[in-house]
Amino acid sequence: MNRMFRHHLFWPLAILAALLLFNLFYSPDFFNIVMRNGHMYGSLIDILNFGAPLVLVAIGMTLVIATKGIDLSVGSIVAIAGALACLTISRGTDQNALSLVLSAVGLTVGLSFFLGAWNGFLVATTGIQPIIATLILMVAGRGIAQLITSGQIITVTSDTYNYIGNGALAALPFSIFIVAAIYLIVSLLTRKTALGLFIESVGCNPQASRLIGIRSRLIIITVYMFCGLCAGIAGLILSSNVASADGNNAGLWYELDAILAVVIGGTSLNGGRFYLTGTVIGALIIQTLTTTIYMIGVPPEITLVVKAFVVLTVCLIQSEVFRKKVVQRWKTRRYPAEREVSRHV
Amino acid sequence: MYNRKYLPILVTFGLFVLIFAAGSFRYTGFFSSQVFLNLLIDNSFLLITAVGMTFVIVSGGIDLSVGSVIALTTMISASLVQNQGWPPFVVIPLVLATGAFFGWIMGAIIHYFKVQPFIVTLAGMFLARGLCYVISINTITIDDAFYTKVAQTKIPLPGNASVSISVLIALAVVAIALYLAHYTRFGRSVYAIGGSEQSALLMGLPVARTQILVYTLSGFCSALAGVVFTFYMLSGYGLHAVGMELDTIAAVVIGGTLLTGGVGFVIGTFFGVLIQGVIQTIISFEGTLSSWWTKIVIGLLLFFFILLQRLFSSRRKTIRS
Repeated sequence: MNRMFRHHLFWPLAILAALLLFNLFYSPDFFNIVMRNGHMYGSLIDILNFGAPLVLVAIGMTLVIATKGIDLSVGSIVAIAGALACLTISRGTDQNALSLVLSAVGLTVGLSFFLGAWNGFLVATTGIQPIIATLILMVAGRGIAQLITSGQIITVTSDTYNYIGNGALAALPFSIFIVAAIYLIVSLLTRKTALGLFIESVGCNPQASRLIGIRSRLIIITVYMFCGLCAGIAGLILSSNVASADGNNAGLWYELDAILAVVIGGTSLNGGRFYLTGTVIGALIIQTLTTTIYMIGVPPEITLVVKAFVVLTVCLIQSEVFRKKVVQRWKTRRYPAEREVSRHV
Repeated sequence: MYNRKYLPILVTFGLFVLIFAAGSFRYTGFFSSQVFLNLLIDNSFLLITAVGMTFVIVSGGIDLSVGSVIALTTMISASLVQNQGWPPFVVIPLVLATGAFFGWIMGAIIHYFKVQPFIVTLAGMFLARGLCYVISINTITIDDAFYTKVAQTKIPLPGNASVSISVLIALAVVAIALYLAHYTRFGRSVYAIGGSEQSALLMGLPVARTQILVYTLSGFCSALAGVVFTFYMLSGYGLHAVGMELDTIAAVVIGGTLLTGGVGFVIGTFFGVLIQGVIQTIISFEGTLSSWWTKIVIGLLLFFFILLQRLFSSRRKTIRS
């Protein structure tokens, strides 16, 4: 029993279960899933479908945070990726052509790799703090996204492109498969090879890691590139879901949601340790929370207040000082004599 | 009077003069006192926020909640004045106290529970934005006599120019901040904590009080900026000042304050704000360039200045060793 409580996935899973349980009582048809035109519909499917980009970004963010870094630019990369893909497709003569969509996706993936590499380069070689290094792209990125879309909202009418965010494979949304594939690849790479250990080692102490023969810089750049890639794919999914690109609002505050998901999942912001499964659950918790708030009929903007309290609570629980203070208070309440004894020793 | 530590400020000041001169040569009507004063008029709220942020960054922290606190202030003022009919001279002290209290709580959590400032103020940012929407999702327009009067009052200056009351408030804040930073114990403690919290504690400086006060000050400045912003926009809205925290941090960094803490000047921040303002003015004078170029240019400037900071700090290390 005690071991179950101590497991790092216990609290995230408990929160998710509590949220789902609340929905079960509040609206019994929450768990209903209907089949229509070969698609499955229902709140649970919605959570998975709309949560897919967030899960992706959060996976990338987990690895960055594991190296004691942070990537604030993911929201901007999401916007840039969506803008570039939609622009490429809208320029084409036949928007449904597979080759056009593939080249758009290829271009976008390439660009997001490059943007991630830029972040990684700044962090790894110039030694700028990660918050600040990625802040540059966060500020400039929105401008770049608007530059690509010329400040307009670009709409595309490509069924092929639309498939990425809205299509169904085996009755499930296609986006889920993208996320699942990336999650599998990353978990295999980090847990079945030494890569995960390298990342954690760099997060603990980059200097020491370099001295024992790990190429810290290379690892850091790779991690940021991967985070950029994840954000780019998330941008593709998001923009194809709404069949348009909005340089101003696409991926707004995504960086914060992603960081929140990582923190809820049990990964410490101090680096050196990461839990991919925890992150996925954390992202699902956030998406479930949003869906729940929509369903209750509270204005969706109130989500922000709830999120604020969730971040604060989770961080306070992670804070060692806070835990010690709380535990001390419980202990002194239960055994008033203990303090006296320890003072006289 | 030449001193190495003033070099970053000189770079910032020089850059401002350079950009302003370039604009003057390129556009007719650019070189006038009114264009210069408009920089202050349009950026007075940014200036006030940035001054508060300078203290936070010098102390080694960061405050991401400033933009949201501004929005919350406009929202509370608008709903109390417009919907409840409260008099402005009650509402303004109330919102200022609210902002300061908000900052105080964040400071207390950061100090006593040793949670990273980044995360705590992030939560504060969510909370303040969310509270705006709890009040109302729509814009509340203010047509109160006091607010419109303050907004429209122009103080004439020699040379056919004028400034708004907000500019006077902002300049007063800068003056007080200069005094606070360089001539009080509080200011010295802030620099000491930014240099090394451990050493400051061992020297017997009031670390807890100073650190919490710094965030309280930042919250107060944001609220004051929110009041000025209310004068400027004459409305309250939950989406006011989105992204202001980044503009503010950018202004502070361009002003030569080191993000690692311990080094920085209020007057540098003043010029950092002016540089942002002059870039916006040039882009609007150019006419063909769109507003998003502002973001790209500010991003580039940020990059340039951060690299410069690295250069300075690494050179200082080699000199020392």
